[in-house]
Amino acid sequence: MPRNPWWTIALVALWLTGIAPAAHAIDSAAVKQLAAEDSDAKIEAISKLVADGDAAAIPLLKALQDEQLYTFSGRLVVGTGADLKDALTGEAVKASSDQLEAIVINNRMRGALDSALAALRLMAPERGVRLAAAQELSATATEEILPLIKRATERETDIEIKTLLALASAVIEIKNADPAVRRQAVQALALSQSSQTKQLLSALFEKNADGAYAEPDQAVRDEAREAIRAIDERFVIPQILGTLFYGLSLGSVLLLAALGLAITFGLMGIINMAHGEMLMIGAYATYVIQGIFRSYFPGALDAYILAAVPAAFVTSGLVGIALERTVIRHLYGRPLETLLTTWGISLILIQTVRTIFGAQNVEVANPSWMSGGFALGGDVVLPYNRVAIVFFAAFVVFLVWLFLSRTRLGLYVRAVTQNRTMADCMGIPTPRVDWMTFGLGSGIAGLGGVALSQIGNVGPDLGQSYIVDSFMVVVLGGVGQLSGTIIAAIGLGEVNKFLEPYAGAVLGKIFVLVFIILFIQRRPQGLFALKGRTAET
Amino acid sequence: MYPVVVTKIYRSGLRGLALGALAAFGVFVSGFAQAADTIKVGVLHSLSGTMAISETVLKDVTLMAIDEQNAKGGVMGKKLEAVVVDPASNWPLFAEKARQLISQDKVAVVFGCWTSVSRKSVLPVFEELNGLLFYPVQYEGEELSKNVFYTGAAPNQQAIPAVEYLMSKEGGGAKRWVLLGTDYVYPRTTNKILRAFLHSKGVQDKDIDEKYTPFSHTDYQTIVADIKKFSAGGKTAVVSTINGDSNVPFYKELGNQGIKAKDVPVVAFSVGEEELRGVDTKPLVGHLAAWNYFQSIKGPANDEFKKKWAAYAKAKNLPGHKDKPITNDPMEAAYIGFNMWVQAVEKAKSTDTDKVIVAMAGQTFKAPSGIMSKMDEKNHHLHKAVFIGEVKADGQFNVVWKTAGPVKAKPWSPYIPGNDKKKDEPDLKTAKN
Repeated sequence: MPRNPWWTIALVALWLTGIAPAAHAIDSAAVKQLAAEDSDAKIEAISKLVADGDAAAIPLLKALQDEQLYTFSGRLVVGTGADLKDALTGEAVKASSDQLEAIVINNRMRGALDSALAALRLMAPERGVRLAAAQELSATATEEILPLIKRATERETDIEIKTLLALASAVIEIKNADPAVRRQAVQALALSQSSQTKQLLSALFEKNADGAYAEPDQAVRDEAREAIRAIDERFVIPQILGTLFYGLSLGSVLLLAALGLAITFGLMGIINMAHGEMLMIGAYATYVIQGIFRSYFPGALDAYILAAVPAAFVTSGLVGIALERTVIRHLYGRPLETLLTTWGISLILIQTVRTIFGAQNVEVANPSWMSGGFALGGDVVLPYNRVAIVFFAAFVVFLVWLFLSRTRLGLYVRAVTQNRTMADCMGIPTPRVDWMTFGLGSGIAGLGGVALSQIGNVGPDLGQSYIVDSFMVVVLGGVGQLSGTIIAAIGLGEVNKFLEPYAGAVLGKIFVLVFIILFIQRRPQGLFALKGRTAET
Repeated sequence: MYPVVVTKIYRSGLRGLALGALAAFGVFVSGFAQAADTIKVGVLHSLSGTMAISETVLKDVTLMAIDEQNAKGGVMGKKLEAVVVDPASNWPLFAEKARQLISQDKVAVVFGCWTSVSRKSVLPVFEELNGLLFYPVQYEGEELSKNVFYTGAAPNQQAIPAVEYLMSKEGGGAKRWVLLGTDYVYPRTTNKILRAFLHSKGVQDKDIDEKYTPFSHTDYQTIVADIKKFSAGGKTAVVSTINGDSNVPFYKELGNQGIKAKDVPVVAFSVGEEELRGVDTKPLVGHLAAWNYFQSIKGPANDEFKKKWAAYAKAKNLPGHKDKPITNDPMEAAYIGFNMWVQAVEKAKSTDTDKVIVAMAGQTFKAPSGIMSKMDEKNHHLHKAVFIGEVKADGQFNVVWKTAGPVKAKPWSPYIPGNDKKKDEPDLKTAKN
């Protein structure tokens, strides 16, 4: 399906100027009826246009779907901005946008329009267009387009499209008067991958007012029961995989939120209450980069997220370094003061952002390649943005590991963490290592912010909702251990998602908290503890 | 959780501005001694903390209305002076600030609160000190106080018409219902009312799925997957009372998991133009909201309201609104409430609480939504028209259904047992307790 609106407009223009040969065939009474007050009348008009099976109606219906069809002093006008045409005669129309009254469509009409457009596109020469059309119809076909589907089935050579068309016919024939036809339709529907089909099948078991089933024939009902069972069976494995993925995805979000803290709190021992605000700053950096791309490089808008990653890292990192140099370095070894000070700083940062960007959430849109999802079958869809976050989390963990175990600075960090005095004696510039490490931890929090901006709000309070979760993950994993943080994050994600369907979101969260409290009681050092003489300092 | 941020902003320069306005309009001839004499008006909205996202703009719209009134010459020849306090989304602090406004600052009236819990927190203060509160947000009902005027919608002016619409052929003829909300008093009470209403329409419990999430919940994967599974059993609609902050992750998940409005429509009671500002609305086209006002409503009253707001936002350099001014239902309700109070004071010729309460009964005001809004003679609620809108790709709403005229509020929902015995007017004795 072409996304570009210009394509539509160009087609409309082409057809209106009379170059398209089919233009004369369009039913002008039906077109006029599209502007009716009542949506029953509008839907009737759509059905009429579809029943003609004339592809010339496509641009018109598309314009209606995009709300680019207007009434203007008794005429029907199509187009955008200054480029307006009479929908019937094709004359150019001059009108300002206040004079145009857009034809309002609602969900019911949107459904009718989608199937109408799909039905008309079944004859399209491109396979992709036909496939998308058949997919649309396979769950939502209606009575009046059955002839079109039959005609398309005869002409169709592609096996995948043919299967979908068979489903589409079955959707209609399930209401046929002949029980044998209905039974066949039910059998065909048993092969479907969509839960909308299940909805059709379960509707057969609905009882009407006098207690009789909607489906009078016992054999058809048995067949339908069997079909539902078959569909359910096919859904089991994808649904378990889906839940596993949801857990993994929640785990990676937790991990990205907590990884920066695992460095500042875990390795350096700073109780950093402003950690959430580092996430927030990263998310706002993403927003600013998106704004810059929108105004200066609109063509490369989808790539903004790639530019946002380094920008968020640097911004949050710099804020972190400033924080360390001005405040935190004076407070090493005084955890209570650090806690209070960083909390105060977090409030200052929140209010600063609120003053600059306003109290409202700002919009960060998913790039188009991160919108939508991958269908796993059984109606389980893995959203691309969540898949991307899982990979991003793995990538960030890899970078952190690389840094800590393969670079000189990483070596210094580990040395200072294990024994500050000894490291100092060996000539390691500990203050420099301190600010660099803190900057790194904050920068990684900024990266977490980029990820969070893709799934939730970007507002001044963003950090507040993650700070508790972040501490939970780091403490559960064991302070000072990155691998503990990773396992704790993924583990918490999975436990949460497997509990949620049974316990609900509120109770699920309580259970997880109770579990953590009990666990920490038994094992205060967390999942993984540092071993050795220096561990307890 | 939040610190006590005391921001008491006496609007400096207001007096000078008012004087200038006086000269310009020439409404009053004798302004010599009266100019110093002002009527104080309290504004009690959170400007920091979680609720700042929704409440800040209500503070601004109230200040706009005050400026507008002062430009017209004030009330009873006196200028209005705003006393703005910040209760910082902290419920006990709301009560403290309310007490300060009434007993220390001696304000004549307070415009404020958003969440029901904040209203419940200030209610005893207003009743004890006999203050006057205008509450501009849609809420769950089950309350009636002599000292409060409710200018937002009661459940029968929002939730029930929305559900009726979704049941109708036009709305898709939904048979199964997911009642999804944030876990606090407004969603719980609304869903209780809706469940009883659905029962009365013959919907069985197996076709109702009630779910709650904690505040600031961000992970809606399982819930969206469950909605999908539930919808396999018949045409399903979702009624969402999710609180402000969690809406963005919910809608993002909905869009990405491929649930379309034509298959499973979601109607929300706390999502308006302002909440959609932070959302990419293209995948949400067709989802619904029920309100008593939409920015997209056409009409001279709304055009004027929008123009005023845009000019005010620009002049005051309000972040966000100066480039993209947005109006919404609670803003309209706050604006109506303020203007009705002004009319009532003019009618009573006094700012005395009891006299204003009497004068409020039956006040009318041409609302930006285009209808003539009327304050009920007895029950302290507005008669409002109900609109149902579908989200458009640009973040605005298309009105797809509306009531024929204003609907009288029923704060005591008939769908909650025991309410039939409750009186539809506040008990005047409550002021003494």
